This record gives sequence, structure tokens and C-alpha cells, in this order.
Amino acid sequence: MLVIIDYGVGNVRSVTNAFRYISSDVTVSCDPAVIAAADGLILPGVGASGYAMEKVSPIAGVITEQALTGKPLLGICVGFQLLFETSYEMGTHKCLGLIKGKVVPIPTDRGLTIPHMGWNYVKFAEGMRLFDGLGDGKHFAFANSFCAEVGDPDAKFASADYGISITAGVEKGNIFGCQFHPEKSAADGLQVLKNFVNICREESK
Amino acid sequence: MLTKRIIPCLDVKDNRVVKGVNFLNLRDAGDPIELGKKYSDEGADELVFLDITATLRSNKTIVDLVEKVAANVFIPFTVGGGITKADEIGLLLRSGADKCSINTAAVKNPDILHESAERFGSQCVVLAIDARRTSNTTGKWHVTVKAGSEPTDIDAIEWAIRAEKLGAGEILLTSMDADGTQAGYDIELTRAVAEAVNIPVIASGGAGTLESLTEVLGEGKADAVLAASIFHYGTYSIKETKDFLKQHGVPVRPV
Repeated sequence: MLVIIDYGVGNVRSVTNAFRYISSDVTVSCDPAVIAAADGLILPGVGASGYAMEKVSPIAGVITEQALTGKPLLGICVGFQLLFETSYEMGTHKCLGLIKGKVVPIPTDRGLTIPHMGWNYVKFAEGMRLFDGLGDGKHFAFANSFCAEVGDPDAKFASADYGISITAGVEKGNIFGCQFHPEKSAADGLQVLKNFVNICREESK
Repeated sequence: MLTKRIIPCLDVKDNRVVKGVNFLNLRDAGDPIELGKKYSDEGADELVFLDITATLRSNKTIVDLVEKVAANVFIPFTVGGGITKADEIGLLLRSGADKCSINTAAVKNPDILHESAERFGSQCVVLAIDARRTSNTTGKWHVTVKAGSEPTDIDAIEWAIRAEKLGAGEILLTSMDADGTQAGYDIELTRAVAEAVNIPVIASGGAGTLESLTEVLGEGKADAVLAASIFHYGTYSIKETKDFLKQHGVPVRPV
């Protein structure tokens, strides 16, 4: 069973709808016991990462512990940003630190429209399991004003060209993340979620 | 590269999609659940659902309908119509909306933009502006509220700038003069607003020929186009629209 972690930040409904549509065994919870018993974890979230980190803090321990034991974890949007060490959104916030790197504002002095809103082509790095079967790259739906700078030599990442390079997806062992919203990226997005479901199945064998 | 978005709009009344001209003379255009699924499957980039009776906040039937539409929509989904409080946005987000559009309530109480952005993030706060050309001055538009029925003396461009500062993450800009006429978007209005703000602008009102879409996305500097009649009545499919735009040098997500 997969668990969508509902820690009270924004909308888990769309993520739940998408996982249910691809008919996987999924539940929504923030109970540490349920999280500990899951085959895979999904950490969604919208809004500001500092606020999200504050809300997730009571269960941050169990999430980190489960991720470090090798359980697949997929962070989406703000959930993706929380995977890194530090976020500089409205202050400085320590995040989960599962992947080395930081979350910084998209620069405002380049004439870019912010938020980065809409469908951007994403180029995958070779061998990313999350993007299995999708070729070299696809378009996905974004809605973010901050972006991650990955500083982890063990992580592979996918990127989107928005005038600046935006980290669109990351993968390090059993830790996965997407800055974009796979649950809102039509058929290709659903394929990303199916890939995660398959990874969880394989790992739980 | 970020692509330009094609957004079908469902104007909903009594559980049906309807479409009028200049906000009047409504005609039936189909079932919202079926149309939502169809557009999501056919390659639309987003979907907008507007309760034109403006009863979202008080009407459980409408919230249930939002939930049913959302269950089959795997593209970003914006819901609006009669929202008066940030709490109502919370309810709609929990029902499957990804963004909420606020119009009259933001004019009456601009703090709702700030409060909603703080609570749910700017990315889900869409300010809808229904703008009408002023009769005596060129290059000026005034904001109208209550589904276009009540004029105000607020300048549309100044309002857009202020809304961005208050936390709106996007502007859904409808030309009251062009809406439903299929005579083309108000390019001048769209460009004036798009140049005044740094947040994305969705052009709405007047979609007719595919050239009119190319024009507002190019010359009009819009980030996205909203259209209703041309899609509901089958004048163009999403694919035809995107193929045309691509041929004319507009970056779009392939279908």
C-alpha cells in the first residue's frame, strides 16, 4: 500500500484522484504508524516551503527514517523542495536533507514571468527510473516561484529550460521528486506516477 | 521552453455548460463532467470552471459537481464564481480544484487576495478581471463586477498591478466587449495588462478564428488563451488549434 502524506498543506485531492485513477492501492494519512507500514510514500504540498516544513515537522522524523531504510519516497512540488537541505523561501528553513542542495527563488531580474506557470519541456538524465518509457523528455505542468539547486553528486536530475535552468525532477536511490505536478500533467504525468507505483512494488518484494 | 496554454472554459449554470454573447443570451453547450474529461484527454493545457450563477460558496450541488469534474481532469483545474472568503477556497481545493479565481469579492475586499495567497500559496490565487472599454477615452478599461452587471470606476490596469502586489499568482482577463462575439480578443487590453505585471495573464473573451488566438498570444503578449464557444460547438478541436499555433511559431505542448 502507498501512503499519500496529508500534513495539512494545500491540496492532496488532485494527487489522490490521480493515484486512484491508475488504480493503485493508496491511502491518505499522516499517522506515523501508517507511514511506517507503507510500501511507498508520497509527499505532496503546495504553497510556501517554510510553512510546509513547519507543518510536516511532527512527522519529519518518521519520513526521514523510512526513507533512509530504503522505502521509496516521491516528493511533489513543495514536497519535492522539502527533500533538500535548506529552503530560502521567506527566511531560511532547514528541510528534510535527504538530497544535498537548496531551494532558492527564481531570479526576478531576468524579465521572467513568475510564478513559472504552465507546461515546460523537461529533459531527463539517462537512466532515471521515474521517467521510464517516456523517451528523452516530455512536457509537464509547473506552478512554482522557487526552484532547487541540486548539490548532490549521487543524485540524477531532470531539467526544464525557462530562460534559466529549473530542476524539474530528481532521483537518488529510493528518493524521487518532481517540481512539476505529475498528477496534473495528463497521460505523461500519470505515467510518472505509474512508474513510481512499479518501483514501490519491486522494492517491497 | 515554457509553452503557451490553451484553456477551454466551462461556464456552468444549473449543472450544464452554457455560453452567451456579452454575458447574455445563454445557450446550452453540454455536460460539464463529459466536457471536462474530453478536454483533459484531448490535450487541453488547463480547464476553467466558472459557476456563472455565483453560488459556489453556498451551493453544495455545485461543490459536488466540481468534485465530479475534477475526478477525471488530469490537467490544472481552476474554479471560480461567487467566492467571497478564503475558507471557500479551502473547500474548493479540497474538492479537487487546483486554483481558484476571485473577481467581485477581491474588488470589494482586496485583502482576500493577500489572505488566500498566505494560506494556500499565490500559485492557486487567480484574479479574474472583467474589463470594459470606457466610452470616452481610448486605451482605458474599467473593471466591472457581479458577472459584468455592475460597472466600477476602477482602472483595469491599475487593479492588475495592485492585485499582483497583494499576492495574486495569475490574471484571468476577460474583455466584456469581446466576450462571446467570436470577433477576436481585445489585443490592446491584453497587452497593456501583460506589460504591466510580472505574473501570467490569461486572455479571455472573443476567441473566434485561430488567427485571433495567434494574435493575442503574440502581439497581445498573453501567456494563455481561454476559449469556450469555438471548442464547445466543435468549430476547432484542441489538436487543430495547437497544430495551427505551432505552424505559426507559437510554442505549444504537442498533443
